[in-house]
Amino acid sequence: MKRFVALYAAIDQTTKTSAKVAALADYFATAPDADKLWTIALFSGRRPRRAITTTKLREWAAERAGIPLWLFEESYPIVGDLAETIALVLPPPSAMQRRSLSDWITYLRALERVGEEDRKAAILTAWDQMETTERLVFNKLLTGGFRLGVSRKLMTRGLAQATGQDEAELAHRLMGDWQPDTTSYNALIMASDPSAGLSRPYPFCLAHALEGVPDDLGPPQDWLAEWKWDGIRGQIIRRGGTQFTWSRGEELMTDRFPEFARLCDYLPDGIVLDGEILAWDHTADAPLPFSDLQKRIGRKTVPKKLLKDAPAMLIAYDLLEHDGRDLRDHPFTERRTRLERLLSTVPDEAPVRLAPLLPNNDWAALADLRNDARDKRAEGLMLKRGASPYHVGRKKGDWWKWKLDPLTIDAVMIYAQQGHGRRANLFTDFTFAVWNGNELVPFAKAYSGLTDAEFRKITAWVRKNTIERFGPVRHVTPEHVFEIAFEGIAASKRHKSGVALRFPRMARWRHDKSAAQANTLGDLKEMLAQYG
Amino acid sequence: MVLTFTPNGIYCPAGDFYIDPWRPVDRALITHGHSDHARPGHARYLSTDIAAPIIRHRLGEIELETITYCEKKDIRSASVSFHPAGHVPGSAQIRVEVAGEVWVVSGDYKVTPDALSTPFEPVKCHAFISECTFGLPVFKWLKDDVIKDEINQWWADNRAQGRASLLGAYSLGKAQRVLGLLDPNIGPILTHGAVENTNIVMRNQGLTLPDTIHVTPDTDPKQYPGALVLAPTSALGSTWARRFGAQSTAFASGWMRLRGVRRRRAADRGFVLSDHADWDGLNNAIAETGAEKIFVTHGYTDIFARWLGERGYDAEIVPTEFTGETLDDGDTE
Repeated sequence: MKRFVALYAAIDQTTKTSAKVAALADYFATAPDADKLWTIALFSGRRPRRAITTTKLREWAAERAGIPLWLFEESYPIVGDLAETIALVLPPPSAMQRRSLSDWITYLRALERVGEEDRKAAILTAWDQMETTERLVFNKLLTGGFRLGVSRKLMTRGLAQATGQDEAELAHRLMGDWQPDTTSYNALIMASDPSAGLSRPYPFCLAHALEGVPDDLGPPQDWLAEWKWDGIRGQIIRRGGTQFTWSRGEELMTDRFPEFARLCDYLPDGIVLDGEILAWDHTADAPLPFSDLQKRIGRKTVPKKLLKDAPAMLIAYDLLEHDGRDLRDHPFTERRTRLERLLSTVPDEAPVRLAPLLPNNDWAALADLRNDARDKRAEGLMLKRGASPYHVGRKKGDWWKWKLDPLTIDAVMIYAQQGHGRRANLFTDFTFAVWNGNELVPFAKAYSGLTDAEFRKITAWVRKNTIERFGPVRHVTPEHVFEIAFEGIAASKRHKSGVALRFPRMARWRHDKSAAQANTLGDLKEMLAQYG
Repeated sequence: MVLTFTPNGIYCPAGDFYIDPWRPVDRALITHGHSDHARPGHARYLSTDIAAPIIRHRLGEIELETITYCEKKDIRSASVSFHPAGHVPGSAQIRVEVAGEVWVVSGDYKVTPDALSTPFEPVKCHAFISECTFGLPVFKWLKDDVIKDEINQWWADNRAQGRASLLGAYSLGKAQRVLGLLDPNIGPILTHGAVENTNIVMRNQGLTLPDTIHVTPDTDPKQYPGALVLAPTSALGSTWARRFGAQSTAFASGWMRLRGVRRRRAADRGFVLSDHADWDGLNNAIAETGAEKIFVTHGYTDIFARWLGERGYDAEIVPTEFTGETLDDGDTE
């Protein structure tokens, strides 16, 4: 694993993208195929099955380090990473190993078939053969969550450099539900096998947020405007008589949304649709709130009642493949025309709708329309350049999301907790409350929106103003007011406040307000009535 | 009580003096020259002879009496002596004996030797007031030789790639310790003014440091390709640092043991080098004092006190205004 650990260290020891890519390219040019395949898998979010619970890992690490478990647990939030905490507390190794990355993965997989005592012995032996950085990497294999400062995009770029292949083409090859066990490096990266990619989705084209107004984008006639729907981005793929539904997170969701199976009655083979999956109110022919869709996310099988109460709908806005041909290089206007033609004969009972285009003759009128987005259960507008291809990933300039200004409320911080990773040791996770009479009722958690300097300031304050500690959570003096911004509000039985917010974050620190001047639960309920 | 804890700091009623007090007092015994320990405004100061030049340099015209390591001095009915703490040159643990009972204030300490400081010596006592800046089992230091190789390798690699090596380290103590680890054959060593001022004081008192070039507004960095630039941590990423062009940045601090901290500081490299005791160092030092009563001051005090309690010590937390080697502002140590 030395080579992989060296790659990890090289990536970890620089903040420069070019150096990271160079390290990856170097690795891909020299490592054995089995290791390369696993490296690609790990950096694209695939990992070996977890053979051992983190509870056991903590116990064994504490025992091996000769410290009580509580001391390990106290150290963990300060380090901010479990794999790293284990690596740091263990005593120095007594031997050195020479296994490769894929050998270690095989070693770990063998543990699935043995009893706990043998697992423990195997892990302790492994730890005793590694220095700190190797242990950290090894523990990441054990605990999953292999995020080490390399995005999938960088990994793909390094791989492109090493193999001389086109980056976009590689990104496409890496999509889908392949696993290191079901393919080989050669089949995945090098071979040209058209049938290999039957289920393979295209890399999603992503939009940048538009700050301010679109006046600088040029004549509005160059642009197509749509609602920005508040659902799950998805691709529906019909190839070779089979159909697949993919989420943007590359999760295969075919079975979670069985409604879409009926599309085979209406749509031809050899197409890929890109669109938004929503829960649909068929009576009103309009979307249901996101909270209804949420009930369907995370369910592998859907009970009948839910299928009836929150049926899924695809609002299609792009056609990426037609007659088995990749259309992504064609201008959006042409793809859109083909999509319109394709859907023109589809009846209303089909679970697909064409995303309506919004009139777009001048920017000011469009801005007015945007203000109605919330009534349409949309988050704002999408602006797509008519002449643009379907890009791989997030490229600036052709797709813009022009979101509504968020809703805001002023709230008092009452609990604080330390963050993880690069935010370890800083208090970054806060619980906010509003007034209900003389009582503060918690209603939202937020952990983003402040600068590092502000987090440092609030951290110093939390340390001096802790009233009570519940494990890692500090109850603090109710003193600081923050403006909480959020995208939506829904009724919730699970929360004491009776509401649940979407994407709450700290918009700003209201130094000008005292705790008494924060908003009330009544204000929140009013927002629920208006926007919920 | 030999020593008591007051709003002004640690106080000895029998001797009517304070140790590293936070607010102006009549008589202050100073463990070492870092700014959270040696503060301005006291009427009389007492420190080791080795620590005195730095304290004078920092505090200006003060009434400062000096004492050598292990020399006994009576102050009223208390007997005091200063013992090597291994933290920075001249740093001391202060031993106070009143009517046969001995208490020791550790100040900041490091138990492993370095090239400049007088090595730490354990002092037997009944009660030990210990810092615990790095009082968690995740903090374990490697030998200076290992860090030395890491730093020089990083410097040589940068030089080979045409980059300057900017290394952030606290300007009193840490920077000079780093200087002692550098291999001057690799290239020129440039220093920020804050570091160089301390260098001058230490050279004048006879400590040996390699040659350095002070960076002034007239310095042309192009004349020193592949240089290592030693600066306070706050200077990294500043306009001052930009003059060196293509560069790799690093910090030398015990906190660099934690990956999250290093990433937050957005440095390319972090060298784990601390002037404080690590987990094993703290535990060994405390055991060697033979003390039963342990007061823990700045650091992970609640966790460390609980740990000591479970090990059979009578451990108590003392609130202080000392900051130790802090996490987010490497400039106060």
